[in-house]
Amino acid sequence: MNVALFVPCYVNQFYPQVAIATLELLEKLGCKVHYPLQQTCCGQPMANSGYEHLSQGCNDLFIDNFSGFDYIVCPSGSCTLHIKDHLHSKKDEDAAVAIRKHVYELTEFLTDVLKVKTLNASFPYKVGVHQSCHGQRGLHLSQMSELVGKPFSKPGQLLSMVKDIELVELNRKDECCGFGGTFCVAEEAVSVKMGKDRVADHTAHHVQYITGADMSCLMHLEGILKRQKSAIVVKHIAEILNSQ
Amino acid sequence: MTQGKKHPALSEKFNADEPRVNWHDETLWFIREKRDKAAWQIPEWETLRDTASQIKHNVLSNLSEYLVQFEEQAKRNGVTVHWAADAEEHNKIVRKILQQHNVIKIIKSKSMLTEECGLNEYLAKEYIDVIDTDLGERIVQLAHEHPSHIVLPCIHWKKEEIGELFHKHLKTPKGNADPKFLTNAARLDLRQSFLTRRVAITGVNFAVAETGEFVVCTNEGNADMGAHLADVHIACMGIEKLIPKREHLGVFLRLLTRSATGQPITTYSSHFRKPRIGQQLHIVLVDNGRSTQLGREDFRNSLKCIRCGACMNTCPVYRRSGGHSYHATIAGPIGSILQPNLDMKKYADLPFASTLCGSCTNVCPVKIDIHDQLYKWRQVLTKEGYSPVTKTIAMKTMAATLSKPGIFTFAGKAGRWVMKQLPFIVNNRLNPWYKQRDMPAPPKESFTEWYQKNRKE
Repeated sequence: MNVALFVPCYVNQFYPQVAIATLELLEKLGCKVHYPLQQTCCGQPMANSGYEHLSQGCNDLFIDNFSGFDYIVCPSGSCTLHIKDHLHSKKDEDAAVAIRKHVYELTEFLTDVLKVKTLNASFPYKVGVHQSCHGQRGLHLSQMSELVGKPFSKPGQLLSMVKDIELVELNRKDECCGFGGTFCVAEEAVSVKMGKDRVADHTAHHVQYITGADMSCLMHLEGILKRQKSAIVVKHIAEILNSQ
Repeated sequence: MTQGKKHPALSEKFNADEPRVNWHDETLWFIREKRDKAAWQIPEWETLRDTASQIKHNVLSNLSEYLVQFEEQAKRNGVTVHWAADAEEHNKIVRKILQQHNVIKIIKSKSMLTEECGLNEYLAKEYIDVIDTDLGERIVQLAHEHPSHIVLPCIHWKKEEIGELFHKHLKTPKGNADPKFLTNAARLDLRQSFLTRRVAITGVNFAVAETGEFVVCTNEGNADMGAHLADVHIACMGIEKLIPKREHLGVFLRLLTRSATGQPITTYSSHFRKPRIGQQLHIVLVDNGRSTQLGREDFRNSLKCIRCGACMNTCPVYRRSGGHSYHATIAGPIGSILQPNLDMKKYADLPFASTLCGSCTNVCPVKIDIHDQLYKWRQVLTKEGYSPVTKTIAMKTMAATLSKPGIFTFAGKAGRWVMKQLPFIVNNRLNPWYKQRDMPAPPKESFTEWYQKNRKE
C-alpha cells in the first residue's frame, strides 16, 4: 500500500517529532510511506481568512505532490478537512477529485482503512483528550455532544489500545479551544480565554498530558500552559500511539 | 453605544473582567446542557430537525405563493394585512395605525423584528411611548440598552444589578435582588400599562399559510395579556415566518423551546386567527432585506431561522464575548450570517468572529449550515473589498511563500533561526500570539530536513 505522508506546514517547521511519529507508526503498520519533498501547505490559512481565491497556487502544488498514491495521510483533521472540502484545480479537476477522495486524517486511516485492532504502545500517564473541531465535527472522528446519536470515537478507540494509559473524562468534552487559525491573533482576547478554559478543565482533572489529533490546537494550548508555568505537556496522538 | 468598534475590540473589553466572562459563559452553558437533556428525551430528535429543515426549504422555495395565500386567508378572517418593503415602511405603517386611533402610549411584547426596524427609537421621535412587556426586554429598555441575546435579552445582567435598576426605576427596596420579588415588582408596574394602553404590538413566531392564523410563543403570557386587553393588536412579522400548514406546528413547537431553553414547550403558545368583536387586528409583513438574502444562493438557508438562540448558547465565542460585542440586532453565529446581508461594511467583522468549530450547525433545529455560511461570507466580504489592506498584503505574502517550496523552506529555516537567536523579535507585545501565550520552542531542524538525513534513499 503506497501512502503519501502529508505533513502540515507548521508541524514540519515546529513539531517535526509529530511527523516522525506518524511516519514511524505507519511504517510499523506495514505501509510503504512516501514523503513528497516539495509539499508546503494546504492553503487553509488563506481560505479561512476569506482569501480562498489566493490559494490556487497551494492547490496546484498540492496536486503535483500528491497525485498517484493509494492514500494520502495527514496527522491533522483540520488540514485534511480543508483538502476534502476545498481542493480544486483549474487544469485538472479529476486529479483534485481523486485526492479529495483518498485523503485521510491519521486516526480515521488507522481505524477505517488499516482497521487496526492492536497497537504495541505504552503510555503510563493520565491523559486528557482534546477533540479538535474540524476532525470531530468536520470529519466525524467522534460523536458530537450536540447530536442525539450513538457515542463513538476513532481517536478514543486507538488510545484504548495503548497500554497503561489513563484517560480522563472532561467537563466539556468537545468544546473548541479557540485556536481557529488566524482567529487566534485576530480575536486574541476571546481565543486566549477559550484556551485558558480548556486548559482549566484538563488541569482540574489532574492530567499529565493533553493529546489530540490536531497539533495546531495543541500548540495554542501549549502556549497557554507554558505561560502558566504548568507541568502539563501536550502530545500529538501519533506520539502516544507510537510510544514504546 | 459601541461607537463603530468591531468585534475584536468589543470582546477584548468584555474580557477585561474575567470573573464576569466566566459567569456569562457558565450561565449560557447551563442552558446549552438543558437543551441537550431535552433533545435526548426525544428519540426522533434528529429526524425532527430534518423535517423542520425540509418544511422551511419548501417555504423558501415557494415563499411568494405562501405569502399570497396567507394574506388571502388572513383577510378572510377579518385581519388587515400590510406589506412593508423595509424597516422605514414598517415603522410608518405602525405609526399610521397609531395616529388613526389617536394613541401615543402603547405596549409591545417580544419582537426581534421591531428591534431590527428600530421601532422604539422611531416612535420615540414621534412622541409615542412604548413599554416593552417582556421582562428581559423591559430590563434592557429601562437601562437604555438593546437585547444582548434574542431569547434572553438581559442575559448579561446579574440579578443584583437588576435589583439596583429596579430600585432606581420601580422604587423597589435597595439591595433586594430576589428574582421572584423583582419579577413581581415588574409585573405590578406593567399591570397598569396593560390595563390602560389601547394598542398592543406583538411579534410572530409562526404564521400558517393555509389558515391565515399566527402563533406567538411566550413564557410570561405578556403577549396574550397585551393583545387581549387592547382595542388594536398589531402583529409584526418577517416574511420568512411562514409555515404551510397548521399541522407543521407540531414539528416547530416541539423544536423551538427545547432548543431555546430546554423546556418542552413555551408556557404560552397562543394562536391568533381573527379579531374579537370590536377589536382590530393588523399584521405587518416585513421584507427588509429578506428577499435579497433569498436571492443569495449560498445564504438563503439562513432564512429558515426560527430565532431559538441555541447557536448563541452553544457558541464558545458568543459565551465569552457577550451579545453586544456583535454590535448588531441579532448577535452570535446566526447574526453573523444575517447581518452582513443588511450592511456588508458595518458587519464585515462578524463572520470572522468564529473559529468555525461547527457547534452552531449541530444545535440548529432547522439545520442551517451556519459555519459553512460563515466561511462563505468571509470569501464574499473579502472579494467585495471589506478586508483591511494590511490583511490583504499579509495574505498575498503568505500565499506567495506557501506556493513556492524553495521560499517556504527558506522562510521556515530563517524563522526558526530568528526564534532561536533573536527571540525578542517574536516574543514581544506587538505579537498578539505572545501577549498571553508562549511561542513554540523552535526545533533544531524541520521534518523535511530530518527526513532527508534519515530516510532519503
